[in-house]
Amino acid sequence: MEEQVIKVEKLTKRFGDFTAVDEISFEVTKGEIFGFLGANGAGKTTAMRMLCGLSIPTSGAASVVGFDVYKQTEDIKKNIGYMSQRFSLYEDLSVIENIKFYAGIYGLTNKQIKEKSEELIERLGLHSEIKKLVGALPLGWKQKLAFSVALIHSPQIIFLDEPTGGVDPVTRRQFWEMIYEASAKGVTVFVTTHYMDEAEYCNRVSIMVDGRIEALDAPRKLKEKFNVSSMDEVFYMLARGAKKAVI
Amino acid sequence: MKQFIVFIKKEFAHVLRDRRTLLILFGLPVVQILVFGFALTNEVKNSRIVICDYANDESSHAIIRKIEASEYFDTEKITLSYSDIEKSFKEGKIKAAIIFPLNFDNDLQHLNKAQIQIISDASDPNTGNTINNYLSTIIADYQRQMMDNIKIPLRVTTEIRMLYNPQLKAAHNFVPGVMALVLMLVCVMMTSISIVREKEMGTMEVLLVSPYRPILVILSKAVPYLLLSLVNVATILLLSVFVLDLPIVGSVWLLFLESILFIITSLSLGLLISIRAKTQQEAMLISMMGMMLPTLIFSGFMFPVENFPLPLQIISNIVPARWFYIIVKTVMVKGLGFSAIWKETLILTGITFFLLAVSLKNFKKRLE
Repeated sequence: MEEQVIKVEKLTKRFGDFTAVDEISFEVTKGEIFGFLGANGAGKTTAMRMLCGLSIPTSGAASVVGFDVYKQTEDIKKNIGYMSQRFSLYEDLSVIENIKFYAGIYGLTNKQIKEKSEELIERLGLHSEIKKLVGALPLGWKQKLAFSVALIHSPQIIFLDEPTGGVDPVTRRQFWEMIYEASAKGVTVFVTTHYMDEAEYCNRVSIMVDGRIEALDAPRKLKEKFNVSSMDEVFYMLARGAKKAVI
Repeated sequence: MKQFIVFIKKEFAHVLRDRRTLLILFGLPVVQILVFGFALTNEVKNSRIVICDYANDESSHAIIRKIEASEYFDTEKITLSYSDIEKSFKEGKIKAAIIFPLNFDNDLQHLNKAQIQIISDASDPNTGNTINNYLSTIIADYQRQMMDNIKIPLRVTTEIRMLYNPQLKAAHNFVPGVMALVLMLVCVMMTSISIVREKEMGTMEVLLVSPYRPILVILSKAVPYLLLSLVNVATILLLSVFVLDLPIVGSVWLLFLESILFIITSLSLGLLISIRAKTQQEAMLISMMGMMLPTLIFSGFMFPVENFPLPLQIISNIVPARWFYIIVKTVMVKGLGFSAIWKETLILTGITFFLLAVSLKNFKKRLE
């Protein structure tokens, strides 16, 4: 029996009359790369915010790393990492200052911070750049640094919110190599994306339409099921039926 | 606690690294004090005057010596011709003329009453008024000296009372005003910009997902600006004491405590703006328009609140700077203690609590 690190059952979030997330249910296995797809406005962000402990659900149940999304949001936050499209580094701080700051607010000890940052710099080969301001780094480096920083407190799950937006294909490719590396070490990856070619890299994907999960399976099986050759077409067939979402 | 220190270190790094922020933070109070102190002052120094002494006796000479000794006046010339005076006025050479009538000393000694005519250029009413006041003060001073020497009461024709500010020093008015303005600007604008910047950069999201509590994010933003603002208060006070010769009559500690209260008021205003604003520019505009102007207009430091029409007077009550201005003036210039300003302090505390409550409520709502 594989360990389920995210369990979601009939999770719902309403804002007034508007149901942003409508009774979604799924499970994510440890070490899995789980793609969370959907058009803008389909409810991806709202669902992800609930799983990150930022927003309390209206109804339904969910647990992340064994902690309840209603009551144990603090414990959830300690055990997850998060990285958004905007990379979320301080451009006016140096590489090493950024690493130390994020390690610091996650409550790592000085010894841990030292070890972790040395290891991280070693792995990224950033030795000569540690005193440089992040604003001066090329985009690809920033992205790698942001990803590594998001993993600095050794979280069990990392949430990636459209992590490759605005990045060139080569850099995107390199970034996915880092994701595979993390996954091989047992970190569960929960990733939202707009790029359907990236969806193919995931172990399993779910596609949200109008707040509901319309499809959930391995990309290969989804393509078979809809009898098409690419994820792009799967997505298009599902999203076409949307009422609210904008494609 | 360690997380808190890490965060505050980061905030200081932001401030110290941005030359523009540093300039606003530390350049602004110095520039404001110097500009208001030396350029924009309504004090009249070295005004040129004409003295017309028909009396040419002991008393008139004594008064002329007093006037010439004052740093406010330079005697352009001494003349005996009215047309000469008129010419000098028309040429704009002089600001005022003083005319001693014949038998000035004699009248004063024997009738106990004498007159001096002061003619001043009222094309700039403020300057004219100020000069009149200065001259009258000097003459009144002379009269008092005379009274000390002889027993017979001399008729004092001018009744001038200028409490707390006998030299009409403008610094008494503007130092408290500049303090209110600078603190408002630094705290409101800087905090709102720095919080909105985190939103714009996307770093706020990451902070919220981290175990670092949102309320601590706000606190760690506030603490550095509180400290920096206190440095500003100290700078302004030092400048006013050593450059403008305006002593702090009351308790310095009380002044600092009241400043902390006002800084907290401003910080909560900054927080409120940062919750509303989406971009740094928006935050800056709201801070400038929404805070600077009311502070300038309604605090009473440029225009007396008593002269406002009633609706504006009522509005001025909700401007925090107005109360802080009164507090600083009372403590710094009049030298009174807490008993004289408890009402203003209470009002300011009330405003602060209200703003804090509103912004925290809004902040929580935004998180949802």
